[in-house]
This record gives sequence, structure tokens and C-alpha cells, in this order.
Amino acid sequence: MSRTAYLNARLLDPASGLDVKGDLLVADGLIADLGPNLFPDGVPDGVETVDCNGKLLCPGLVDMRVFTGEPGSEYRETLATASQSAAAGGVTSFLVMPNSDPVIDNVALVDFILRRARDTAIVNVYPTAALTVGLEGRQMTEIGLMKEAGALAFTDGNHAVRNALVMRRAMAYSRLFDALIIQHAEEPDLAAGGAMNESELASRLGLPGISAIAEVIMIERDLRLVELTGARYHVAQVSCAASVELIRQAKARGLKVTCGVSAPHLALNENDIGTYRTFLKLSPPLRHEDDRLALIEGLKDGTIDVIVSGHDPQDPETKRRPFAEAAFGAVGLETLLPVSLRLHHNGQVPLARLIGAMSFVPADLAGLKTGRLAAGLPADLVLVDIDKPWLLDAAKLRSRSKNSPFDETRLEGRILRTIVAGRTVFTLDPGA
Amino acid sequence: MTDAHSTAPFFPHRHLLGIEGLSAPDIAGLLNLSDRYVEQNRQIDKKNAVLRGRTQINLFFEASTRTQSSFELAGKRLGADVMNMSVSSSSMKKGETLIDTAVTLNAMRPDLLIVRHADSGAVDLLARKVSCSVINAGDGSHEHPTQALLDALTIRRRLGRIEGLTVAICGDILHSRVARSNILLLSTLGARVRLIAPPTLLPRGVERFGCEIFTDMREGLKGCDIVMMLRLQLERMTGGSYVPSQREYFHYYGLDYEKLACAKPGALVMHPGPMNRGVEIDSAVADDVVRSLIQEQVEMGVAVRMAVLDALSRNLPNEAEASAGKASR
Repeated sequence: MSRTAYLNARLLDPASGLDVKGDLLVADGLIADLGPNLFPDGVPDGVETVDCNGKLLCPGLVDMRVFTGEPGSEYRETLATASQSAAAGGVTSFLVMPNSDPVIDNVALVDFILRRARDTAIVNVYPTAALTVGLEGRQMTEIGLMKEAGALAFTDGNHAVRNALVMRRAMAYSRLFDALIIQHAEEPDLAAGGAMNESELASRLGLPGISAIAEVIMIERDLRLVELTGARYHVAQVSCAASVELIRQAKARGLKVTCGVSAPHLALNENDIGTYRTFLKLSPPLRHEDDRLALIEGLKDGTIDVIVSGHDPQDPETKRRPFAEAAFGAVGLETLLPVSLRLHHNGQVPLARLIGAMSFVPADLAGLKTGRLAAGLPADLVLVDIDKPWLLDAAKLRSRSKNSPFDETRLEGRILRTIVAGRTVFTLDPGA
Repeated sequence: MTDAHSTAPFFPHRHLLGIEGLSAPDIAGLLNLSDRYVEQNRQIDKKNAVLRGRTQINLFFEASTRTQSSFELAGKRLGADVMNMSVSSSSMKKGETLIDTAVTLNAMRPDLLIVRHADSGAVDLLARKVSCSVINAGDGSHEHPTQALLDALTIRRRLGRIEGLTVAICGDILHSRVARSNILLLSTLGARVRLIAPPTLLPRGVERFGCEIFTDMREGLKGCDIVMMLRLQLERMTGGSYVPSQREYFHYYGLDYEKLACAKPGALVMHPGPMNRGVEIDSAVADDVVRSLIQEQVEMGVAVRMAVLDALSRNLPNEAEASAGKASR
């Protein structure tokens, strides 16, 4: 029986509200015990020890929105490289989107992801499956069989389900299995051809805009369908104030609705695009500063449930283009926590709420037994120096793609060690 | 040149990527220099040797007749070696090789690169990859600075000033780089700018551009000194119709004598070309030798481009500096 004791840590468990100085014992990959002064008589023989030096030890992060290139575009990212990137970012579990080639829309492919992840990934990787066959938005997939095979949620990834009738039926049918439906909320006709937020800035830059209304209309439509069908519905990423308000009202009405926000949307606004910086071309687009502040407020009051990385690796060839032609997306696994921590350092969102939105809340939504510091659960942990300042060098990212909007940005908070089921999968190089 | 020895640079910019970032003195300096080139261009011998030994490449990713020939003529009259490259968007997968093209051309050591591209920001992107001076000859819906300069020169030569004039810009503001550059330039020089367009052709947030906005053309033209028409960009009319028909558009927004009568008596008419006769402008108005400045705009275009080429070339490394640099090392 292998045992490791993490000593002198600040133990933070957002699910239980625990925030104490103490120790945590891992035995055979599970959390065995934790608390202040866990070893009054000293650590027993045969237990490996790690001195945490008072740093934060919290549940490993759970990221609900990660794109990779496997299968089909391994030059951008494989499950293995994404998992290394995740480990370096303190992410111990992530949900991979079905937008690969081929699309993950049948049982065999769900199984492929699970097997490839088991064989190559160093963190927990869970498949989501397409909600419609081929992401075409016409015919619903085998939701039941794929859920049995291990798909944790059903989504067309970065495609919106455009057809209201298809969505209605998928929602109604998904109830049979209590399946979680995740929508990329963007009305495709209104958003067609857009490159950034529709705004004065877009007009000055001469770039075609994506109106916030495209997101709002899609959420409004879907909320009506949720009301009708009782489905479990999650908006992958909200980006504007009006969406936050809609979700807030829907929750007040008692609908089973949740939503996420990406770390870059909490940290950046459209002005950061400056002179056509394509690494800041995201979907949904970065919006106005007022929207960003509304997102932070929504996160604080619980309207927004989870923070995601929205990790979307793109190779330079698709990014070093004129803005309108460049690909959407940014890598984010390694910056998820430090970027989110800005809100803690600014005093905008309490630390426990931030960590909770990246641990037990997404774990519960996806039905994963992780995200908590509790005896008997897998020892998925992350040790963080939350105050350590550092400068991001995108070239050093572990992701196979380096399209980070935070290159050469000063960040605060550094992952020291990441532990998956008791096994250390990442330790910060002391020289880094 | 008389001002070659002054300490402050005549035009303190390496590139001309847009009107944004130019000061009123920058613009006035270019217009003054343009006036001299207008005179030169009216001589029998239209050439000087300002750009002798320099290489100018006109790199057009989007079809153009008048702008490209205007730049070509401007470069040749200044003694540059001018090469035209038209890269049609169909022959290359759009944008894919833009940076490759820039790097390749840069290796040929041009001094001046004139670029037009269908994407906003593409010229800016390219300018960051080359070591020569870059002039934006139109990028997407963003800017077309030499058009705005030639418009300003045309107005200034006819009316003697820009400041205090009321200028109406009418038509497809949404897609127009000419409109954006003109709004910036005319505002910088103290003109009052009005925008007249149907709501579908006004960009989001336009009310914060510092212009008065009108959707009623007759209302908007009242008291205007200059009526600047924009081409209805038929090729951009994809993704939903912005206006129901050309006929209806002309009825409400086409410039004819009846609508022109709402402007100041004697108000002048401009158009950047090419015109859609009968869509945004009535032929009789366009060809009115008294009211229409359209032919004059074309003439001013060559002079303005000569001035811009001249101004930018003064900031390029020259032989004297190059040999001085070698000696000091």
C-alpha cells in the first residue's frame, strides 16, 4: 500500500467550505484523511512526505470545455499533449469536445477516446459526444448508447444546434437518460461572417461583427425549450451581460439551467484585440468591458456555474492571417487557474468560489466523483503558490499549439504540483 | 528639397497605413506637397528624380484600375522602378500566403510597397513583416488613406479650406473604407461630417464617430457644402440583402438634381469611383462640369500619391547615410 502525506498545506475545499492549515494523507490513489495537525505523533514509517510550505492544496481542476486535434488533426494537439498541458495547469480532469475528424458521434468513437486517453493521457480525459450526427444539426445521435459507453455530455461543440425542432426533440429525448446537453449559444445566421464583437471598435477596424444578440436569442429560444421539455441544459460559454441576466432569471424560475464562462472572457475585453491581434479572436468573441464586469458579477453570485479554459489549439498557419480569415480559438489549459486568479487578487471573487467553479461544480455537473477534498475520493489534487508572479512564455507551453492570448503577460499564481489519483503528474521545474 | 535639412522629419511615419494616427500638420504637409505635384503634373515634363534608384511594388490582392494605375504613374513620374503585382484572390487560397508573399517580396529589397487587400488589417499585418515603407491602398472596410487625402486636396483647391465646411458622406458607410478614412481626415481638419445612409448600411456604434447621422437624405443634405457619394458595393451584398432593390435605393438615396437642391446652393459633388450610374448617382449630376469634382479627384489622386511616396521616401535610408554608417563601424 503506497501512502503519501502532504504536510503544512493550506487545505481549501470549496465544496465543504474547509479552509485550514493542515495535512492530507493519500493512500492507494485515494484521499485517506485530511485536517489540521493530522499527525500529532509524527508521520508513520513507510509514508512518503511532501512539505507544502503553507501553499494552497485544493481539488484538482475540472475543465468542461477542451478541444484537441485527436483524431484527425494531431498536428494541433493530441489527447496526450493536451493532458500534459492540463497537468501543467493543475487540471486533473477534462471533457473533450466531439469536434474531431471523424466527429465523436457513435459508440465506437466514444470508446476510441476513452482507450486513447487511458493509454496516452496523464490526467483524466472524458469524452463528450455530438448531439447531432456529424454535427450537422439534423439528426440526433444515439444519446443513450453513447452515455452508457462513457460520454458525459452531448454537444455539437463549437457548432450551435440551429434547428429548433431538432433541439426540442433532442432535449425531450435526453430526459430518458438524464443526459446533459451543452449548447454553443450563437444564432448562426446572425453571427455569419462575423470576426469580433459587433461594436464601435469593430466598425472602426472595419471588421464584420458578431452581435451579442446572436447569443441572447439562442439562449432565449433554448430556455423556452427547456421549460417545455425539462432537459438538463448547459450553455458552454456566456459572453455578455444580457446572457447572464437571462440565466439568472431562468434559475430563479427553477429551470435546470447552468452555464460556463471562459477564463479569457473574465480577463480580457474586445479592446485587447488592439491592432488585429488574431490570438484574441475567440468564439464567442471578447465583448465590451461592461459585459466582462457582468460576467464577473454572474460568477460571484452563482449565476455562472463554471469556469472553463475553452482550450482550442490552432496552428500558426490558421492564426497568422488577416483577422477576418484567421481561425477562432486559444489554448488555455495552462493559464486557466492563473488567469482566473486575477479575480481573487483584484478582490472581485472569493478564492473558494473561483476554485469551486473549476472543481466540484463542474464535477457534479458532469457526474464525476472528483473535485473535492474528502476521504474516499480519488486523490486528484493541485498544489498552488497563488501569489507567485511569473511571465508567460507561450513557446514554453506544453500544448502542441502555442496560440495563447496571454503570451508575455504577467500572471500571478503558479502550479507547483499536480496529482492525479495519488500520482504526481507534474511538478514545477524549480528553475522555471 | 528645401526642407531636407530641417531637424524634424517632414512626415514622421514609416508607413501610411491609415489616416488614424496622422496629425493635422501631417495632413497639411502632405496636401501642400501635393499642390506642388499638381503643378508639376501640368507641365510637359512631368518627371523628377526624387525616387531615382528606388523600387516600388504595387501589390494588389483585390482588383483595381484607377488606384493601381494612379500609384504606378505616381511612382514613374518620381523616377522609381515600378512593378505591378496583381494577386487575384481566386489564384491563391485567400490570405494563406499573405505573409509568405510579404517575406518573398521583402527579399527583393523594395523601398516602397503599395498594398491593397480585401481584408481589414491585412496591410497592417503585412507591414509588420517587411523592412520597407508600406502604403495602404485600401484594406477591406478599414481605411483607404490616399483616397481621403486626394478628396481633401480636391476640396481645398476648389474652396480654399476644409475647416468649417459641412461635408455629407452618403451611401454604403458600412462597407466603405473611403468613408472611414474621410471621416477621420475631415474631422481632424475641422470639417463637420454628416453621414447619410439607410439603417442597414450604417455600422454599429457609428453615433460615436463624431458625425451627425441622417437616414433622410434630403434632411441630411441641408446646408452641405460638399456631397460625397459612395459606391453601393454590390459585390459585398452577400448574406442577406441590405437594401431591397437598386431601384428603391436610388429613389431614397440616389443623388439627382432634385435631392442636390436640398444642399447649399452650388454645393459640389464627389465620388471615389467607380460609379454605379443610376444606382447611387444620376448620370447628369455625375457629368455636370460645374458641380461634379469627380474628374478632378482622379487628377488629384496622382499628385497626392506622388506626395505620399516622396514624403515616405525621405525617411528611407539613403546612400549618404548608408556609407556614413559603414564608415562609423
